[in-house]
Amino acid sequence: MSVIEIRDLHVSVDTDQGNKPILKGVDLTIKSDETHAIMGPNGSGKSTLAYTIAGHPKYTVDSGTITLDGEDILAMSVDERARAGLFLAMQYPVEIPGVTVTNFLRTAKTALDGEAPAIRGWMKDMKTSMENLRMDPSFAARNVNEGFSGGEKKRNEILQLELLKPAFAVLDETDSGLDVDALRVVSEGVNRAKSNTGLGVLLITHYTRILRYIKPDFVHVFVDGRVAEEGGPELAERLEDEGYDRFLTETAVS
Amino acid sequence: MTVTDTSASQNKAGQHGFREHTDGGWGLVPLQTRSERPRSTNVEDFSNLTGREAEWRYTPVERLTALSDGDLDGSPYAVSVTDADGVTAEWIAMGDPRIGSAALPEERPAANAWSQTEKAYAITITGEEPKTITVERDALGANARGAHTVITAKPNSQALLILKSSGDAHLTENVEIVVEEGARLTVVSVQWWSDTATHLASHFARIGRDATLKHVLVTLGGSLVRVNPSLHLAGQGSNVESLGLYYADTGQHLEHQVYVHHDAPYSRSRVNYKGALQGEGAHTVWIGDVLIGPDATGTDSYEQNRNLVLTDGTRADSVPNLEIETGDIAGAGHASATGRFDDEQLFYLQARGITEEEARRLVVRGFLTEIIQQIGDADLQASLETAVEDELATTSLTGDAR
Repeated sequence: MSVIEIRDLHVSVDTDQGNKPILKGVDLTIKSDETHAIMGPNGSGKSTLAYTIAGHPKYTVDSGTITLDGEDILAMSVDERARAGLFLAMQYPVEIPGVTVTNFLRTAKTALDGEAPAIRGWMKDMKTSMENLRMDPSFAARNVNEGFSGGEKKRNEILQLELLKPAFAVLDETDSGLDVDALRVVSEGVNRAKSNTGLGVLLITHYTRILRYIKPDFVHVFVDGRVAEEGGPELAERLEDEGYDRFLTETAVS
Repeated sequence: MTVTDTSASQNKAGQHGFREHTDGGWGLVPLQTRSERPRSTNVEDFSNLTGREAEWRYTPVERLTALSDGDLDGSPYAVSVTDADGVTAEWIAMGDPRIGSAALPEERPAANAWSQTEKAYAITITGEEPKTITVERDALGANARGAHTVITAKPNSQALLILKSSGDAHLTENVEIVVEEGARLTVVSVQWWSDTATHLASHFARIGRDATLKHVLVTLGGSLVRVNPSLHLAGQGSNVESLGLYYADTGQHLEHQVYVHHDAPYSRSRVNYKGALQGEGAHTVWIGDVLIGPDATGTDSYEQNRNLVLTDGTRADSVPNLEIETGDIAGAGHASATGRFDDEQLFYLQARGITEEEARRLVVRGFLTEIIQQIGDADLQASLETAVEDELATTSLTGDAR
């Protein structure tokens, strides 16, 4: 059983107009096997939270803590965080020219485990995961994300999730831009990872659509860099009916 | 309304700019078109290099006096060649009609080589079945030398020809490549010289009707290496793919000037050069001239150069030029970019547990592999990948070049 604890997190980003605070005191606790959905309107700080957990250099933590089983995540480099068990499925996965998917996955697996995976078992795992995600075998020989469609890029993120077996995954708007078939395939992948490894999931999304396939245990509504409301799955249903207007109006009034 | 007679005011003596200045030089008009650059086999037809000429402005010409002006050893040298059916390789006299069949020199050191070379190495390819030929030379020595190679791909022939150069050299040479009707030829020239070598080369290719040339330059070793491919799309439907890969270390000057001349309808060209630079004084130069002549209707052309700067203290010059003399083309474009590591790529790799140092190696290797992947010979590709790997191993990429 692992746990991520985020306490009173304040994060800012440097822009051309100067330092801009984005997260204004976030508290969150995620345990293994739990799925937390973070929902909220554009600009509420959802992606900032995702990238801050992963350690993107663009974001500055002004105060607060993030720990993984008591260890200070914020003191770790990006790759150390990954080796500690964190995974970020990116909203816009980056192209890496000249590096094949096979090479990339093996290099990452080796870095995470401290030793190269046994060839036969690894190849079999890759093949199975790719089949499950309805990825053509030719993907293995293609360069990472190069010329991939939006849906293919997201499948490739989930392929990594399944093969690298992290303790916690942050899914940053993995559902955006997916058609319903791709959404189902990707969701199945996340659910498989959950049942196989007891993955804890922080699911960041603008829409309630993906929550039909990945059932959240908790829903947190982000507004203006804070958690404005928390609840169970029923909160998502309410959002589906009402949208975010209620929260935006409240903020405007206060 | 007042009518002014403007003709009176255009009196040549009056308005500034109409009269010749006393500093002279008014008769000089810069070359208007790339194809007008003078050509000759006689070294006397070219003036001494000063470094102010457009084509020499990035080159340390003071190190080239022996090659551009001096006496050269023009005798045959030791060369090894693999056997293949339909391929002959022989030393021929400079009076042979094959000499000059692609083009004549445009530069003084090339003309110096032409006039002092005693025998040329001729490779002639026939036969439609694909074959691979490897020509190696590794004992040219440190004395100034001239050389000449003529490669002829007979009509409809097919081959991959690898020219591999290593060891020491102080060399100026011409390489002619004639791709006759319907032939499909790949020429890969690997400059893998020792650290002290100086090498100037002009590659002249003439590509005939419906013929295809893939021309690849890989420049890894040498102190000063300047290889200029001049690719003449002479026949209708001719096609050239010009690829280049270079890796400049501390103090190395690696230069490639590519000239693609579209001279026939429906000709196609793709130029893609990629380079990496690391260490104090590493200097690379890429100039890409594309000329689409008045007869080259339906032409499709694109050229690009990308440089990845790995450390401080390097310099990458990159100059694409595009001249179009016909209104009816299918496409023409160019791109040039020189940059540091892409932080987003590094973040992505690190977020998967890969250390920063290893992430940088992956990115550089991947960047250069794009060219290597297109060579088409597994053994050569593997050995070039190892070579890039070795270059990377000699440096620490954690040093910040941001």
